[in-house]
Amino acid sequence: MQSLPILSIVTFLPLAGALIILWISGRPEDVARNARKTALWTSLATFLLSLFIWLDFDPGSAAFQFEERVVWMSGVDIAYHMGIDGISLFFVLLATVLTPICILASWESIKDRVKEYMIAFLVLETLMIGMFCALDMVLFYVFFEGVLIPMFLIIGVWGGPRRVYAAFKFFLYTLLGSVLMLLALLAMYFDAGTTDIPTLMAHDFPVSLQTWLWLAFFASFAVKVPMWPVHTWLPDAHVEAPTAGSVILAGVLLKFGGYGFLRFSLPMFPDASLEFAPLMFGLSIVAVIYTSLVALVQEDMKKLIAYSSIAHMGFVTAGAFSMTAHGIEGAVFQMLSHGIVSAALFLIVGVVYDRIHSRDIDAYGGLVHRMPVYAVVFMLFMLASVGLPGTSGFIGEFLVLMGLFEVHTGVAALVATGLVLGAVYMLYLYRRVVFGKLTKDHLKSILDLSPREMAVFAPLILLVLWMGIYPSSFLEPMHASVAQLVEQVQAAQAASPAMMATR
Amino acid sequence: MYTAIVFLPFLGFLIAGWLALVTPRDKAHKQRLDRNAQWVTSGLMLVSWGLSALAFVEVGLNGRTVTIELLSWLQSGALDVSWALKIDTLTVVMLVVVTTVSAMVHVYSIGYMHHDPDVPRFMSFLSLFTFCMLMLVTADNLVQLFFGWEGVGLASYLLIGFWYDKPSANAAAIKAFVVNRVGDFGFALGIFATFVLFQTVDLDTIFGAASGQADATFQVFGMEVHALTAICLLLFLGAMGKSAQLGLHTWLPDAMEGPTPVSALIHAATMVTAGVFMVARLSPLFEYSETALLVVTYVGAATAFFAATVGLVQNDIKRVIAYSTCSQLGYMFFACGVSAYSAGIFHLMTHAFFKALLFLGAGSVIHAMSDEQDMRKMGGIRRLVPATYWLMVIGSLALAGIGIPGTGIGFAGFFSKDIILESAWGAHSAVGNLAFWLGIAAALMTAFYSMRLLMMTFHGAPRADETTMAHVHESPKVMIVPLIVLAVGAVLAGYAGYELFVGHEAPHFWGNAIFVAEHHNALENAHHAPLWVKWLPLLMAVGGLALGYLFYGPMSHVPGMLAARFRSIYDLLLNKWWFDELYDVLFVRPAFVIGRVFWKGGDGAVIDGLGPDGVAAQVIAWSKRATRVQTGFVYHYAFAMLIGVAGLVTWYLFTQG
Repeated sequence: MQSLPILSIVTFLPLAGALIILWISGRPEDVARNARKTALWTSLATFLLSLFIWLDFDPGSAAFQFEERVVWMSGVDIAYHMGIDGISLFFVLLATVLTPICILASWESIKDRVKEYMIAFLVLETLMIGMFCALDMVLFYVFFEGVLIPMFLIIGVWGGPRRVYAAFKFFLYTLLGSVLMLLALLAMYFDAGTTDIPTLMAHDFPVSLQTWLWLAFFASFAVKVPMWPVHTWLPDAHVEAPTAGSVILAGVLLKFGGYGFLRFSLPMFPDASLEFAPLMFGLSIVAVIYTSLVALVQEDMKKLIAYSSIAHMGFVTAGAFSMTAHGIEGAVFQMLSHGIVSAALFLIVGVVYDRIHSRDIDAYGGLVHRMPVYAVVFMLFMLASVGLPGTSGFIGEFLVLMGLFEVHTGVAALVATGLVLGAVYMLYLYRRVVFGKLTKDHLKSILDLSPREMAVFAPLILLVLWMGIYPSSFLEPMHASVAQLVEQVQAAQAASPAMMATR
Repeated sequence: MYTAIVFLPFLGFLIAGWLALVTPRDKAHKQRLDRNAQWVTSGLMLVSWGLSALAFVEVGLNGRTVTIELLSWLQSGALDVSWALKIDTLTVVMLVVVTTVSAMVHVYSIGYMHHDPDVPRFMSFLSLFTFCMLMLVTADNLVQLFFGWEGVGLASYLLIGFWYDKPSANAAAIKAFVVNRVGDFGFALGIFATFVLFQTVDLDTIFGAASGQADATFQVFGMEVHALTAICLLLFLGAMGKSAQLGLHTWLPDAMEGPTPVSALIHAATMVTAGVFMVARLSPLFEYSETALLVVTYVGAATAFFAATVGLVQNDIKRVIAYSTCSQLGYMFFACGVSAYSAGIFHLMTHAFFKALLFLGAGSVIHAMSDEQDMRKMGGIRRLVPATYWLMVIGSLALAGIGIPGTGIGFAGFFSKDIILESAWGAHSAVGNLAFWLGIAAALMTAFYSMRLLMMTFHGAPRADETTMAHVHESPKVMIVPLIVLAVGAVLAGYAGYELFVGHEAPHFWGNAIFVAEHHNALENAHHAPLWVKWLPLLMAVGGLALGYLFYGPMSHVPGMLAARFRSIYDLLLNKWWFDELYDVLFVRPAFVIGRVFWKGGDGAVIDGLGPDGVAAQVIAWSKRATRVQTGFVYHYAFAMLIGVAGLVTWYLFTQG
């Protein structure tokens, strides 16, 4: 396997599938059916292939693995450079596991322009995987920005009534950050003379430049995470996006920001990261408490889960900038867990939305009477979201808080209030939707999960429990890379005693 | 064997849970499903009970403690957590208590819940709870303890809200979970603090290193605090939540919305005692922090007193017992606070028997009265339900603590409560004395409300309507037999356990499971307490019972008179010292108001208003202005050009010159 360019294959296989779908023609219903099937099989094949990456991954090494390098623009030293380490490995898998689930989830709910929809999703998958594998700044930037286009289309074309507003808001926010990042990219190129990420990670940027670069990257990543106060695009985008769009958005796209912080901000600008850690903590704390309270008063299910996502991502940013092994591993784990759990929660909303076509919490109540299996599945993911031990949510939050506590007890205590608030809004949601008497007429004949829907949830359930009960499978490959990252940051800290004095 | 004890209930949960999701084809099929669920879970539970008894002999009496590694759980940096079972004396005591009560409750539920449409779900939740509770008591590290801790919280949430059609049950379930989460917030921080201090969460390692860290300190918000005190107080916050101690007690009375077997199992005998178990388990840490012990004592004593006062005036039969539980938990805590951990655990055990008995007895009454819980609508059913009546009498006498000091004759509660009070006295400290006197006062009230409950429920003239009275019947055997088993415990557990738990054999029995610093000799002093200390609790108990009999028997006009005379006090007690209202004003309402302000004001007006929407609006406004300039008249453009030329020329001349 090693000789094969497996990363490129995994990355571009979905694109190949998209091309095939492009060729499909015939009667509209045949086109739709074949497009669905092709998309599903392509994404499943991608997923299976990506499993080989995991199997062949050497957890003992902190270096980038499966590297591929082809010169792209020779004069300026820009290359097509791919490779993954323990941090990016699982994000690739997250993307490959969620895409077939999304396609399966859109099986019946998408009826218009099925062909284009499937193409958009497969292109999106290529871009997502490419983003996590890219080891060249320019390549990274291409994937990073490219993702916006299919996502913009998915929201703007297949979305709800206010889809255009939401799509533009999403696009404007993210583009603003990206422009600054592009400038920073140029500045880095002029300072270091290369766009190769591993080389840049080893490069010592002058401290004064680091501050500006850090801020530019921050602008881009903070929007993606999203951090308070640049989060307001997320609830709108989620509400208007089709179910699968929300799933990918929450499941994978939100991870771009956190991944970016870990891949760029921390290793390349360690001094600036240290300097700005209090800012990150502050914003994270606000994100956790503020958005939890906002989630509590939401009347729209998707909005509530969107706000809860922001709160959960607050854990991630706080954990990453604790700059301890626990905090960073916790942040990565929390991102993975959130990728699964929030994806599942959006699917759960999608299930009832497909039946009733309403996201208003008030439109529901007493679903347990007609949908017991649904109630159980919902319960499980609600608990995972709340961070109950034994589910994936607990491990992430626990490690993040552990890392924070080692650095600053006060920050840990404030972030930990999220444990209480999270329980409040999720239980309150669950109660209003699932419990109570079934009195509303339009719910009287609602049906429980279909076999297709169970197939959608089954892998997610398995993952949530696996990650909660035996997280070692996921943590072990991370150890070496995270340890190296922590070492790198600490070395920089030690090298600049002035920085230590200001702490 | 130990693994089986813990995981058999889990197996029961899975099987019954699966049965709960099967859609029954017809009535007969449904009955078959129900019966399977009942017998599978109960059967597995009984096996687990039997094995626990063996474990008690093996570990408790023969002293063969073991630790069983199951699976690595969490490994990150220096943190290394396993799924492991730690079996020592403290654990086996808890194993016996938990499995006994749980097995009895399982069997009892077969009868109690047979009308319910959701029998398999109920049985599966009961087994899930038992599994989590067993994980809790066998935990060999703090994180697994936390797993069990949150797990029982979940099961409690599910069971309180079991009748999910009732809004009050749903509200109570959420309240229980959230209030517990507040405690768990402290618990989690306590775990982190422990790890930072000891670099491990493994209990044995921590205990070994505790003495070395006795003087360590932490920086918290710029203040220097004693590390072990901070840890113990944070962990104790968790214990307060779970064990419904003053401040975090509000969920327990509401939890009575759940089916009665649940109240007996979770909210009387087992889960709520987890806090006491935790403090005893962590005695090697608490012993190094006088401040933490002081807090434990204060909180325990205050709760014992407070809850007893509220119990005096409640009219719901289950709520009376609930407040009584709260109060008895207070006793256990202040026993731990004066370093008489073994006395606390002793009371935990005896209390489990008689309190479960009382709850299940109350359930039997409620069952007989067609689901009526208000004692004002009961009365006069003594002869109709004789078995229940006598079992309740036994439970009440055990709760009141009736027995003769120095003779070995007495109900279970007598032995354990007395040794706690004597220990409080034996601490020879101000706080110990306070706890002693509050405990004595609470003992009087306990006896009073126990008698009040008996009188209002069983004696006097019937106050229920005729259809209900005609329907009153003794419960079936499947419900009475478990009660008898528990009653045997309520009578004998005190005498049988005294020497082992707190008497001469105690040091040998407990081994290393409980650690008491040398200068903490309250328990030792307790055995040399003067006679008045030994007799006073009994006096109070008898006095309370007598008063209760008088007030609700021959002199039944007195309570009403007192209530009218001391209206404000009565209202304060009836409304549970206004805690719920206070919290509603302090936390619940503000959370919603602030949430709304943040949403509409923060997100809507400020961020979107100044951010994307504002920018978009500005762009549109400016572009409108820009379009207005393009008038289409040639002379406008020519004029603009002329101004430009003039400007340029001027600028050129200035810069040249």
